[in-house]
Amino acid sequence: MDSVIQNIQGIPLNHYLIFCSVIFSIGVIGVLIRRNVIIIMMCVELMLNSVNLLLAAFSAYRGDASGQVFVFFVMALAAAEVAVGLAIVIMVYRNTKSVDIESLSKLRW
Amino acid sequence: MGAIITLSLLGILVLYLGLYKAKNALLPVTLIGLVVALGFEITAWDKGTTPIYHGMVVFDNLALSFSILCIVITGLILLLSKEYFRAISSNVAEYYTLMLFSLTGALLVNSYHNFAMLFVGIEVMSVALYILVGIRKSDFNSNEAALKYFLMGAFSTGFLLFGITLLYGATGTFDITGVKEYVISNPQTISPLFYGGILLVLVGLCFKIGAAPFHFWTPDVYDGAPILITSYMSTVVKVASFAGFLRLFSYVFVPLHDYWTPVLLVIVIITLFMGNISALMQTSFKRMLAYSSIAHAGYMLFAIVAIGVDSASGILTYAIAYSLASVIAFGGLILVKRAHGSDQFIAFNELGKTNPLLAVTITIAMLSLAGIPLTAGFIGKFMMFHVVMQDYKIVLLVLAAINAAIGVFYYLRVVVHMYFKSADEGAVKVSVPLNFKIVFIIATLVTLLIGLYPDCILSIL
Repeated sequence: MDSVIQNIQGIPLNHYLIFCSVIFSIGVIGVLIRRNVIIIMMCVELMLNSVNLLLAAFSAYRGDASGQVFVFFVMALAAAEVAVGLAIVIMVYRNTKSVDIESLSKLRW
Repeated sequence: MGAIITLSLLGILVLYLGLYKAKNALLPVTLIGLVVALGFEITAWDKGTTPIYHGMVVFDNLALSFSILCIVITGLILLLSKEYFRAISSNVAEYYTLMLFSLTGALLVNSYHNFAMLFVGIEVMSVALYILVGIRKSDFNSNEAALKYFLMGAFSTGFLLFGITLLYGATGTFDITGVKEYVISNPQTISPLFYGGILLVLVGLCFKIGAAPFHFWTPDVYDGAPILITSYMSTVVKVASFAGFLRLFSYVFVPLHDYWTPVLLVIVIITLFMGNISALMQTSFKRMLAYSSIAHAGYMLFAIVAIGVDSASGILTYAIAYSLASVIAFGGLILVKRAHGSDQFIAFNELGKTNPLLAVTITIAMLSLAGIPLTAGFIGKFMMFHVVMQDYKIVLLVLAAINAAIGVFYYLRVVVHMYFKSADEGAVKVSVPLNFKIVFIIATLVTLLIGLYPDCILSIL
């Protein structure tokens, strides 16, 4: 465990911060511009995983375990969310035979 | 804590009742469970100001008052549900269970003292709702609403989490007292991470309360979901999110007031105009209520823009007035839609003649939403305007007054339809079942009571 923390600390914290922000931004841009529901869900996962990575990095740098515990919270709830989300996607697919977000634009004012 | 445990166990119990086909016991058991939870909340009043469970949750009066409001409103909505759920599907137990789980999440959001609990609460509240919104499996609108709600909910959770992570990176703790101490002890050397964290948490929470420019999912989701679920979303979920918002900004971020107030001010002004002007152009009552709920989020944010000692009781009063009026409005809409099969304004034509009592009740709800004196809505709006006035934000006050005037126009349009427009195809009699009558009477009486004697609510916080 100590060697893992030393390995993490071998890289400056700023690098983690920049790396995670880039992954997070890729996720956000993906959600905004992609039209396929599955890919949008993958982009949301990308956002959450960048958060996990950053939490682990902060936690290792501060020598504080609570950040790593939070990662487990995030993973568990993200899994629950994806389970419900995929069920919704399947439900939509049965009715529309498509996973394209454009097929769902009936509600407009 | 008793209430949270009761509600989560109750959810599982109700699920088993559904499994063993005890359909008639579902509603009574759920209501009894809610009353027990309410009892736990009331007995904890004025007792706990110190956080418990290693600083995870705190049951101060702020948390308890919002929790009591959430439980009571859920009870009223469940009373309306008697025949409603049975008409949609044969498996009724799931509705009750999911609503109870969602309520558990709402109570956690009301009483968190650690960012982990804020996150868990918001997720428990939302994940149950994703299912409830899409529970009409073959209905296209319900599908679309569920998918949009899910994608936007997950997206906003990402922002909230990134914000929490940045706050953790700056302070090294998830405990909100710890974060507050960090802000107070280093006023000059606050890390730039912390500022980024505030903005991202703000964005995440604005998604949840449906404030512009993060409101675009609200009208579609509220429109597509079953009416009862919409009423639950626009009352309990919104109230709980505001309690979470209030605790974070009034307790932790207050010293950095100068930094986030301008951002929030812009959000408030955009929210008010987007909500009200869009609501003005609707022909569907349900969609009008969806847009008006955006506008109400804008009014409630006033108390956070001008944060002070009166903010908590202001938001509580506004939330009570808004929730009760919304329950009446959505209840009335269910009855009208059942009789006419439409949720347009024209479906309300001649309601004043065919069912005068229902028409009067809906009129009182509309007046309360519009903020006309002698109703609770007026007291709520008065508190909000009062808070802003103390802070001398005159521009905001003028804009809010213009918006309140626009609001009166579209709320009274329903009243005009009920009393002064004649129905084209012969008048259909709208009947009001007993459970709806009880809910309408309770909600109307409380609305008028708060309107006439506001002290009873203003003195509790």
